[in-house]
Amino acid sequence: MAPGLVSAVLFATIVAGTPLILTALGELVTEKSGVLNLGAEGIMSVGAVAAFAVTLNTGSPLLGIVAGMVAGMAMSALFGFAALTLQANQVASGLALSIFGVGLSAFVGKPYESQTLSSVAPLKIPLLSKLPVLGHALFEQQALVYFSWIMLAVVAWFLYRTRWGLVLRAVGETPVAAHAIGYNVLRIRYLAAIFGGAMAGIGGAFLSVFYTPLWVEGMVAGRGWISLALVVFATWRPLRVMLGAYLFGGAMITQMFVQGSGIRLDIPAQFLSALPYLATVVVLVLISRNRSTIRLNSPASLGQPFMPDA
Amino acid sequence: MQRLKSSITLGLGLLAGSSLFAAEPAPTQVGFVYVSPVGDAGWTYQHDQGRKEMEKAMAGKVKTNFVENVPEGADAERVIRQMITGGAKIVFTTSFGYMNPTEKVASAFPDKFFFHATGYKTGKNMGIYNARFYEGRYLCGVIAGKMTKSHVAGYVAAFPIPEVLQGINAFTEGMRSVDPKAEVRVIWVNSWFDPGKEREAALTLISQGADMLTHHTDSTAVVQAAEEKHKDNANLYSFSYHSDMSKYGPKSCLTGTTHLWGDFYTRTVKEVLAGTWKGTNVWGGIKDGMIKLAPLNAAVPEAVKKDVTKLEKEIKEGKRHPFAGPVVAQDGKELVPKGRNMTDAELGAMNYYVKGVASTLPKN
Amino acid sequence: MRYLSPLLAVALMLVCGMVLFLVLGKSPVEGFKVFFIQPMADRYGVAELFLKATPLMLCAVGLSVGFRGNVWNIGAEGQLLVGALAGGGVALFFPNSHSPLLLPAMFVAGALGGMLWAAIPAWLRTRFNANEILTSLMLVYVAELMVSWLVHGPWKDPDGFNFPQTRLFQSKAILPILVEGTRVNAALIVALVVLIIGWVFMNRSFLGYQMKVSGQAERAGRYAGFSARRTVWIGMLVGGCCAGLAGVSEVAGPIGQITEHISPGYGFAAMIVAFVGRLEPVGILLASLLMALLYMGGEQAQQYLGLPFSISKVFQGLLLFFILGSDVFIHFRLRLDRGRK
Repeated sequence: MAPGLVSAVLFATIVAGTPLILTALGELVTEKSGVLNLGAEGIMSVGAVAAFAVTLNTGSPLLGIVAGMVAGMAMSALFGFAALTLQANQVASGLALSIFGVGLSAFVGKPYESQTLSSVAPLKIPLLSKLPVLGHALFEQQALVYFSWIMLAVVAWFLYRTRWGLVLRAVGETPVAAHAIGYNVLRIRYLAAIFGGAMAGIGGAFLSVFYTPLWVEGMVAGRGWISLALVVFATWRPLRVMLGAYLFGGAMITQMFVQGSGIRLDIPAQFLSALPYLATVVVLVLISRNRSTIRLNSPASLGQPFMPDA
Repeated sequence: MQRLKSSITLGLGLLAGSSLFAAEPAPTQVGFVYVSPVGDAGWTYQHDQGRKEMEKAMAGKVKTNFVENVPEGADAERVIRQMITGGAKIVFTTSFGYMNPTEKVASAFPDKFFFHATGYKTGKNMGIYNARFYEGRYLCGVIAGKMTKSHVAGYVAAFPIPEVLQGINAFTEGMRSVDPKAEVRVIWVNSWFDPGKEREAALTLISQGADMLTHHTDSTAVVQAAEEKHKDNANLYSFSYHSDMSKYGPKSCLTGTTHLWGDFYTRTVKEVLAGTWKGTNVWGGIKDGMIKLAPLNAAVPEAVKKDVTKLEKEIKEGKRHPFAGPVVAQDGKELVPKGRNMTDAELGAMNYYVKGVASTLPKN
Repeated sequence: MRYLSPLLAVALMLVCGMVLFLVLGKSPVEGFKVFFIQPMADRYGVAELFLKATPLMLCAVGLSVGFRGNVWNIGAEGQLLVGALAGGGVALFFPNSHSPLLLPAMFVAGALGGMLWAAIPAWLRTRFNANEILTSLMLVYVAELMVSWLVHGPWKDPDGFNFPQTRLFQSKAILPILVEGTRVNAALIVALVVLIIGWVFMNRSFLGYQMKVSGQAERAGRYAGFSARRTVWIGMLVGGCCAGLAGVSEVAGPIGQITEHISPGYGFAAMIVAFVGRLEPVGILLASLLMALLYMGGEQAQQYLGLPFSISKVFQGLLLFFILGSDVFIHFRLRLDRGRK
């Protein structure tokens, strides 16, 4: 492959993977605390519309990101109230959040459908962006792309290198024990869920302010659900979330490059589109097959409510 | 007092509405069924513009309403029917998937009138209408052929149905009529609407050398992507579809194939009201005012503008057909011999690429 | 409290709705009328309500069998689609059959198709311990793409100008209409029979009791000798079977062919219905009608109030939140009861 082509494919792959990384990293932390929030699609939608509206009115993409983040936190707090405080079923609460969020974003977003933002210039990293082949792809990206890398390191460090990360994982593994030692399980789960909402909100902001600077109903187009799959695909490991997101993004981009270059593909497009979902199922089977590997990776109490007084 | 006044007005309104006091007949209700939100550009937006124009042209005589985002499944029939039971005399259904539901409701209400866009089933009280989008595509192709430096155009498309293939092939024919070296690359995104994917496809085509971009999908993402990349390549341009999207690409969007339904809606409603409407199968093009090029961008040189205006006139007068023989398929097979134009039936069955398209059609 | 809390949730949703109408500058009374009364104003409207509720109640009753046993099948949408393909496939492959058994055969094929699609997550769960929430969700996308491939490819109507849809089913493969002049058809009877069977299974059978016990307290179930594996298999297969029937009821009912738009998300909406209906057949019957009303009210609100369709999604989400939230009263009561003992 020509260097120019490699650079272009890599660049596009990273861009396509970024909203998935942001959202999936947040969901990963949420799930590590034992909370399954299926509402990512709804949170991203609300985050996208909030970020777009604020950027449009203030002219500041940074304030837009903050707005997306705050909207995402509010949405996940709503989820937390139902699923944690009121101990409603987590699967159902997540679904409710998803439906509500998609509807709400379409509803409040109506007046913004006719508006446009000017695209935000990428953040060139001096020197590094001059590197051959990789320079453009890796170091001439939007600021949020670098943010996704930083957050990856932060999440990995937090989960595996800090005491509070250990506590969070303990809450996800054996909430009863964590409670017995004196940790407030509900509060920790709340914080984890709100962090997840913040990240999904930023993921939505990336879509509406940086990726395709516009707001239209349905623009999240299933990326929230893919992020959920990605967490499993990554077996709850931060670095694998990034690899998975780039694999998902890369599969789409490569498929487009193949189409554009006129190489004959005798496989129906639908088969290619189904591959990521089938791959997720296969990975899930592989990691779950052995009870010890699944125990090592997936939070044992995922999706189960915890009643402090039980 | 305010309440008293309003109740009097209401009372008068009721009286006026009843046939006894009616000096003029109550306005006829006309309903529209849309497949997506109206939004600001795109397929549904154009239909809604047409609705508004018709309502304006027929002020006082008609009242319109619409339902957007109607799924093309079992729900469509109910929505159409409820428009009728809600008082509508005429209903326009504006997506292919409404064909069978429209037909069903039409046969249940023989004294009402139904018009279905892009389908192929007609009835005594059901007409169909569509536009010759490919005529606009051909003209855009000609401009692309004159403007390109890389001799490569990129086309972002949704699904390989005849209407989309007509557009791709007409664009290719137009482009190669002035630049025989030109090739058109196509990326199918398998979705009518996914701005993210549409944008990625556009960027992919740009990186593969395309400097002329167009799309047959429903968002403005391709035009916006071209505008963004126009900064890096001053000869990168786009052609919009459905709507004039120059607002989204002030520097780079050269023109676009726009759909104009207003005249057709006004004409049809007038005919129905006058009782002169007879079953119609309208497939209108530039001649009928249903297809028009959006205003040309200042970047288009005068000479090209002149050529295009001339071609537009020729198409209008029937002197030129975008698919005039010889039409040769991608594999070299002659589809239409020299000396005749492609027939409407042949157009409707289009399931191939013409010569000059560099991509291969996905197999199903 | 068990029956009061859904009513409370509906009331809360209505109050929210009224406030929303006020904020939007519409009269709440008018809004209420258009949204919740007008869709049922005539015979046709009532019939449509039952038509729309049919696939919802079918999916929901199947799902609640699993949900009661803590089996989280969230892939009913995919099972519905595969059921529609299997049942619709029978109709397409016997275009000239006059047999009165054609429709029953379609339903059997649809049920088997749905069960097959649900068997995959069940097998992966029992054999490999893979989480059924995620596998069943992934299979929804695969099923959607399968439908898309078939209607764009091998099953495309050869006389349909290349549009993505199959031939229309022949008349013997279309469900008979129950009330002349409406669209409500025999699928409603199938759904009601399934509801009754579901009620008997859940409330009067030992198996249903086992499912409930092992769902509420897995360990207790295991001590009592109930197999967790069997719970998963039954929960998934019943859910898949019912979703498959729902798929056939759509393609052989109001649609009459296979297109890319068989279901506007019935499989997902049915989860709301199952919870709002308290995982009980009677509750599900009422909840499915309420959900159908929300859809239809949304259409009316557009026509007569000029409100966007997304408002009914907001209502659906709110309703589910309130119902989940009002669960707290039940928990509270449970805890009080426990305290008393």
